[in-house]
Amino acid sequence: MSPAEIWTSFYTIIRKDVVRILRIWPQTFLPSIVTSILYFLVFGAFLGSRIGAFDGVPFINFVVPGLVMLGVVTNAFSNVATVMFSSKFMARNIDEILVSPTPPIVLVAGFVTSGVVRGVLVGISVLVVALFFAEISFHSVPVILLFLVLTSIALALAGLINGVYAKSFDGISIVPTFVLAPLIYLGGVFYSVDVLPAFWQQVTHFNPLFYVIDGFRYGFLGISDVSVGISLAVLLAVNLVFAGIAWYFIRTGLGLRQ
Amino acid sequence: MAEFSTSLEKPDSRPAGGLAAAMGRPAAQAPTGRAALSIRNLTKTYASGTQALKGVSLDIAEGDFFALLGPNGAGKTTVIGIVMGLVTKTAGTVSVFGHDIDRDHARARKFIGVVPQELNFNIFEKVMDIVVNQGGYYGIPRKVAIERAEEILHPLGLWEKRWEVSRTLSGGMKRRLMIARALVHRPQFLILDEPTAGVDVELRRGMWDYLRSLRESGTTILLTTHYLEEAEQLCKHAAIINHGEIIASGTIKDILARLKSERVTLDLAAPAAQQAAALLAGYRPVVVDPSTVEVEVDEGRGIGPAVVTLQDNDIPVQMVRPKSGRLEEVFLRLTSGNGGAP
Ligand SMILES: Nc1ncnc2c1ncn2[C@@H]1O[C@H](COP(=O)(O)OP(=O)(O)OP(=O)(O)O)[C@@H](O)[C@H]1O
Ligand SMILES: [Mg+2]
Repeated sequence: MSPAEIWTSFYTIIRKDVVRILRIWPQTFLPSIVTSILYFLVFGAFLGSRIGAFDGVPFINFVVPGLVMLGVVTNAFSNVATVMFSSKFMARNIDEILVSPTPPIVLVAGFVTSGVVRGVLVGISVLVVALFFAEISFHSVPVILLFLVLTSIALALAGLINGVYAKSFDGISIVPTFVLAPLIYLGGVFYSVDVLPAFWQQVTHFNPLFYVIDGFRYGFLGISDVSVGISLAVLLAVNLVFAGIAWYFIRTGLGLRQ
Repeated sequence: MAEFSTSLEKPDSRPAGGLAAAMGRPAAQAPTGRAALSIRNLTKTYASGTQALKGVSLDIAEGDFFALLGPNGAGKTTVIGIVMGLVTKTAGTVSVFGHDIDRDHARARKFIGVVPQELNFNIFEKVMDIVVNQGGYYGIPRKVAIERAEEILHPLGLWEKRWEVSRTLSGGMKRRLMIARALVHRPQFLILDEPTAGVDVELRRGMWDYLRSLRESGTTILLTTHYLEEAEQLCKHAAIINHGEIIASGTIKDILARLKSERVTLDLAAPAAQQAAALLAGYRPVVVDPSTVEVEVDEGRGIGPAVVTLQDNDIPVQMVRPKSGRLEEVFLRLTSGNGGAP
């Protein structure tokens, strides 16, 4: 295929999925928005004044970056896992791409990009909602964007890996509920690790999503538990590992050929 | 039957060229002599251990209308899956218009359009989107694909339905949608895996006309089917595959004429089928009803002696009819003569 044809194919894959994401917005955007509104109400309007300041900022402001990431992480992941799984097992319509001259790497890039688009769009939506509840400051927009995009890519790749391996619907719903949710809630959405006992501080440092949230929060508030450089390095490393696995799938036919 | 068996059923007992020559393979060459599809010694063992293909070789000339026939589980879909890159082959080579599917896979695929046996589009997508997106995967810009979709959907009777979600189409429309999807990149070689399964007679004839018109405009077509009539009506050449092996190939006329004339129905003037069957024990008789008996005739002996034997025993034969065999029967006979394979 010529570069122009490859671009057309890549664009087709993304366009198709983004149209789908926007069409079924009650499933794709609404849950994250509703969840975050509830959190903003509880921790901002209802409890905010009692909890007081955290690391010198109002508690609601402290919580916003973590809640944005919650939406980014689950949506980037689920999008790719679900699309991969259902086009493989439900309609088997992934064959539409497999019979075409589109190289597997373009298929993967297209699926991952769609996941990134959804992660970023949901993140922005939650952030916009947050503007009604908190005073958002933007300490460093480049850091915010970098963490937003890199996190989306990492989770989209993870969703791809999950979608390739999943043999049933349970296989793609287990990870968000039993892996991603605990990692993100225990990764410091609602607190700084300083408040934890020493042991749990140590444990938290093994949680990659801790670095994601900490670095992202730095982009808004300019404060962090670990240096933003370390967080960025961890995030890049996670991306590399997942990209390596995805690359292995591409070499071996994505587990899609019999 | 015996003589016939050696020429048609036991390719392994002759050099491959001998069989091909015997079945008129040279006539298969289209004017250009280019092979649309060339398969050599293709084998496939699935992960489950099933040996689906045991060394299949096949040539389809450019411009041909070719039928790949065989009973359920023979390996037809596996062959097509390998050509399309949906199934990995265990060994052998496949090339499409001279492009090897391993070394030159993108080029090879542009030549082919495929209509799979099972529905495999997303039922929540609209007809138009399915066709246009498929064009996109082949690198065809959206605007161009939309224009082409119109050209394709009209003759297939789907234009009115273009904005419908595909779930709401009838079964026959869904099959036609898969044909439309396969044509958007204007393939020179169209592969259809049982395109008319579950399609009513009238619609089937409409599809035949459409396929003929594609063929006339220069598209090479490979078709699998369980309807003998379909292969007969459409195809120039055919191959029969069974248990992962090609057991016969040649012109469709050749194959079918010889297969069909083998089994003959005798209508008797009296209800004496039982006695007739007893008299014709050497002809593998089957009593159909009290005055009808079916026998098998080998080429050397012919039906004459059987009729004479019956006349001599005062069982007049009213009518001798070639039994227009259903494909399944043809397979059954071909394969049961083949060393008793199941
Ligand atoms: N994915 C698979 N895994 C394991 N075995 C398979 C798979 N697909 C097909 N087979 C086996 O390979 C053999 C050939 O199957 P194939 O689908 O090619 O037959 P077919 O000629 O297309 O049959 P039909 O006329 O029923 O469509 C069968 O024994 C089948 O069970
Ligand atoms: Mg089949």
